[in-house]
Formats: sequence, structure tokens, C-alpha cells
Amino acid sequence: MIKVEGISKRYPGHTAVDNISFEVEKGQIVGFLGPNGAGKTTTMRILTCFMPPTSGTANVAGFDVLENPLEVKRRIGYLPETPPLYPEMEVAEYLTFVGKLKGLSGDNLKKRVAEVSEKCNVADVSQKLVSKLSKGYKQRVGLAQAIIHNPDVLILDEPTSGLDPKQIHETRDLIKGLAGEHTIILSTHILPEVEQICERVVIISSGKLVATDTMESLKNRMHGSAVIGVTVETPSESGLVQEKLERVAGVSRVILKETLEGGFAFEVESLQGRRVQADLARAVVEAGWNLTELRPVSLSLEEVFLQLTATEASA
Amino acid sequence: MRNILTICQKEIKSYFVSPIAYALMAIYAIVSGFFTYVAVGYFLDRSIGAAAGRGGPMDVNEWVIRPVIMNVGVISLFLIPMITMRLFAEEKRSGTIELLITSPIRDYEIVVGKWLGALAMYACILSLTALNLGVLFMFGSPDWRPVATGFLGMLLQGGCLLSIGAFLSNTTKNQIMAGAMTFGVSLLMWTFDWFTGFKSDAWAKVLAYLSLTAHFEPFSKGVIDSKDVIFYVSVIVLGLFLTTRSLESLRWRA
Ligand SMILES: Nc1ncnc2c1ncn2[C@@H]1O[C@H](COP(=O)(O)OP(=O)(O)OP(=O)(O)O)[C@@H](O)[C@H]1O
Ligand SMILES: [Mg+2]
Repeated sequence: MIKVEGISKRYPGHTAVDNISFEVEKGQIVGFLGPNGAGKTTTMRILTCFMPPTSGTANVAGFDVLENPLEVKRRIGYLPETPPLYPEMEVAEYLTFVGKLKGLSGDNLKKRVAEVSEKCNVADVSQKLVSKLSKGYKQRVGLAQAIIHNPDVLILDEPTSGLDPKQIHETRDLIKGLAGEHTIILSTHILPEVEQICERVVIISSGKLVATDTMESLKNRMHGSAVIGVTVETPSESGLVQEKLERVAGVSRVILKETLEGGFAFEVESLQGRRVQADLARAVVEAGWNLTELRPVSLSLEEVFLQLTATEASA
Repeated sequence: MRNILTICQKEIKSYFVSPIAYALMAIYAIVSGFFTYVAVGYFLDRSIGAAAGRGGPMDVNEWVIRPVIMNVGVISLFLIPMITMRLFAEEKRSGTIELLITSPIRDYEIVVGKWLGALAMYACILSLTALNLGVLFMFGSPDWRPVATGFLGMLLQGGCLLSIGAFLSNTTKNQIMAGAMTFGVSLLMWTFDWFTGFKSDAWAKVLAYLSLTAHFEPFSKGVIDSKDVIFYVSVIVLGLFLTTRSLESLRWRA
């Protein structure tokens, strides 16, 4: 649905986006992740034909952004970083105006205005002036205008910024609900957000692509090995337990995480491709201790993200 | 065409929901009303003299209508920057330009739509002068042709300055800057023919050709000269063309 091929955007004396390529398939939600100034907004502006890339090209919904911008624009809904609102308009009037710009008319336009107002929870303020709305409502109106023409592709630049926790939750649900029929790219700083709603992530840092992968394999890739959390109930000393665990075949490292009342919590790292859970359990039980917990520990996206962007910065 | 109308309607509406339209119309009503009053007063004074045998017969067209129309030309130099300064500067500042540019419409449709909206606003203001002059028709029977051509001239000259103002508004995010530049350029174009007073080389001729006054005067006398119409239309088209181009180049720079 979206195919980005080696796009770069250079400003005098400074490269904002440097040779980025990635692909997004139909119906996917992709999280666009990167620290401030990474080039997320710039990339999105290129995809929406707001500005052309300095080099490279992108294909959106089957059309090239340079050769056929009008067709691309017809198929894209875009929520810029600051919602593009006219303060002097009423909400319904504004949505009608945007609908007309996107080529809707007549009954269909009226129907769509009503539908998106409902969907984005702005129906109750439809007669209010945009300038009188709170930040959160403005953001929702911005989202409503992006989907008014039911576009194939949705590009959302920080859709949940400035919302309260309840609204963030609602907006995420809304975006998840839009997936499937729409292909969505959203940028964000909030990592749990990506974990919750995105199937894939594209991570960029200072203009360069750092990683693009599914959520799972990205987390796995960070650690060649799997990490297992083991909690043992025992009267013995921690050193003894640790030694015992280390001696299990396939275990590469054991770290004492916490000393509990009558026991210890460890993190056990295994060699790549080895399933050591069963052996660990047997070792603990054979030593006469109680195994109270045995679970895979996955790295939080936060850690993955920091690790990836940090290597990039130091490289 | 539909897109042009959509943009144009939105522009007109945004003038009339903000205080700009009413403020401009009120200021204009007072100033042009005053000018008309002075012209009429002057005319009455002179015609009493004429009736007493001094000087020839007096003509309302010559003594009231023409000066009033010429004065409107001058007032428009002040009005037009205030109409055009927000056209693009405001959209750039608030970020709504991103909505317009990423919508499936062409750049020239945005530009022409905005220009037409501004022209409609200007025409509303001019209609106040029509009211002033209408009074003269109630009490006398002046020649209506110079009035009609005068309005055509005012619209053409206004269209010209509006198109220049639209271009300048597209070069900045700052409304005041846009307004100030438009005012400066308008004033220069209004006074270009002063050059011919003391110089007659090629440059003076070029500048005199670019002078708005020189092209406006025939209209106020009831004369439509195709060379004046061509001049105005070309400046309008050129201004709109440049605005469209700068909207394109905005993206390369943005
Ligand atoms: N008009 C411009 N002229 C010069 N440099 C620019 C311009 N616009 C953006 N940049 C630079 O390009 C880089 C990328 O900016 P961009 O807005 O794409 O980052 P971002 O990933 O969206 O950041 P954020 O998370 O803060 O929104 C930044 O270093 C920024 O300073
Ligand atoms: Mg950004």
C-alpha cells in the first residue's frame, strides 16, 4: 500500500531524512518511532505530497507522490502535528468544508459529516466554534477531518498528543477500529502506544532508518537469547542457588534480581534457540526447593527503542 | 471550478465572521462619505457662482462623480493591504496550509479561490460608494456611463492590487509584514507616473506605463480603453501566476 524507496530530504547544511526505505501492507497499522527531530514529520509530509523529497520516491496506494500527487492526495487522510483548524468555523461547518475539498458533495457529504462526528465523539460540539474547543476536542476534530473521505491510507502525526488518559484510550481504540479497511501510519513518542496498537514499527533516528520489523521479532532481535524469570523459594543462600541454575545446560548467564522473603528472583539468559525452562524447573525441584515462578521476560519496547537509537547515536 | 468556489466561499465567510469586514466597511463609509460630501459641497458653492454669471455651466459628472471615483482609487491603496494581508500568511501561521496543500485540489484553484474571495470583499466595500452616488441620481440626472465605467475601473484596479497583495502574503507568515509590503508596492505603483514630470527617457516611460493612476483616469471619465483593460488583466494574471508558483516553491523550501 505504501512503498518508500530511498527518500531523502536535505535542507541547506542539514539532512532531515537520509535515504529511508520501507513498505507498509494494506490494512496494517505501523508505528513511526523516533526521538525529537528524527525526521518523522518530514517523512510524513513527503508521503502526503506536502513537499517533495530531495531524492528518492514513494508510492502510496499505487500512485507515485512525485508523478501523480493529485491521485495520492485523493486516497490519503492526514492529521498534521498541529490540527489544521479554522478557529472561526463551527465544527460541522469545518468538516463540511474539508469534505468538499476532498471531493464529497450532496447527501453523501452530509452523511459522512454525521458519521465521522459520531465516530470521533465530536457530535455534541458540532455547533460550537472551533476556537472555543479544548485541546483534546480539537485533536478529535482533526482526526475526524482526516477520515472524512474514507481514505485508503491514514497518516497521523502524533494523534494522541495533548489528550487526557481517557481520551488517549478512546483515540487508540478508534485508531485500532479503523485498521483493516485503512492502512495507517502513526508517529508517536509514547512507546506503550505503539506496543498496544501497532503491528509493525519503523524506528528512525537523526534521519536514518534504524529498524523496521514486527513488534515481536523486534523485541526478540534485541536479545539474541531469550530471558526467563525464575523465582525460587528456598532456605539456602543465593550463591548456591545461582550456581545450581548456571549449571543447567544451555544457560549462559544468571542474574540475581531481587532477594525476597524466603527466596530469590533471578533472570536467566539462555543460549540462542535453547529451550531451558523444563531443565531449570527440574534442577530446582531436584535440589528440594520450591519453584514459585517461571516466565519469559520480554524486553519492553522502551528498552528496545533506547538501545536501538543509542547505538545509532554513538555509531 | 467547484474547488475554486469552495475556497472562495470560505474566504468570504471568514471576512464576515470576523470584525475585519465590518471595520473596513465602517471606516470606508465614513471616509468616502466625507469625500462625497466635500465634493458635493464644493459643487454647490461653485454652481451658485455659475448661476450668478461667473464661469460656464456646471456638470455633476465632472465636478462630483469623477473626483469621488478618483478618491476611491486612493482609499483602496489603504484598504487592499488590509484585505489581502491575511490571505496566505494566516494559513501558514496556523498550519491550515497543510490541509489545503494535501487536499486533492490544484494550487491555482487555491490561489484563484482566495483572490475571488478577496475581490468579493472589496466589491462589498465599493458598493457603499454606489449608495453615495445613488443619491445624486435621485436628485438629478447625471450621465450614468462614467459611473459604470468608474466601477469597472475600480474593480480592475482593485483586482490588480489584490493579486499583488495575495502574492506578497504568500511570501511571509507575518500578516503585518504582508500588509506593509502590499501598501508600499501599491503606493509606488500609484505614483509611478510622477516620473514623467521631469524625465522622459525609456525608464520613465516604462514606469509611467506601470502607473495605476494613468490607467485608471480614463475609466473615471467614462472611457474604456482596451489598452487599460489589457494592462489590468495582465497584472492580475501575472500576480496570480506568481502566487501559484510561490505556493509550489514553498514546498521545496518548507
Ligand atoms: N523548514 C526547515 N528548515 C530546516 N530544517 C528543518 C525544517 N523543518 C524541519 N527541519 C529539521 O529537520 C529535522 C527533522 O524534523 P522533523 O520535524 O521531521 O522531526 P520529528 O521527527 O517530527 O520530530 P518531533 O518528534 O519533534 O516532532 C529536524 O532536525 C528539524 O530541525
Ligand atoms: Mg514531528
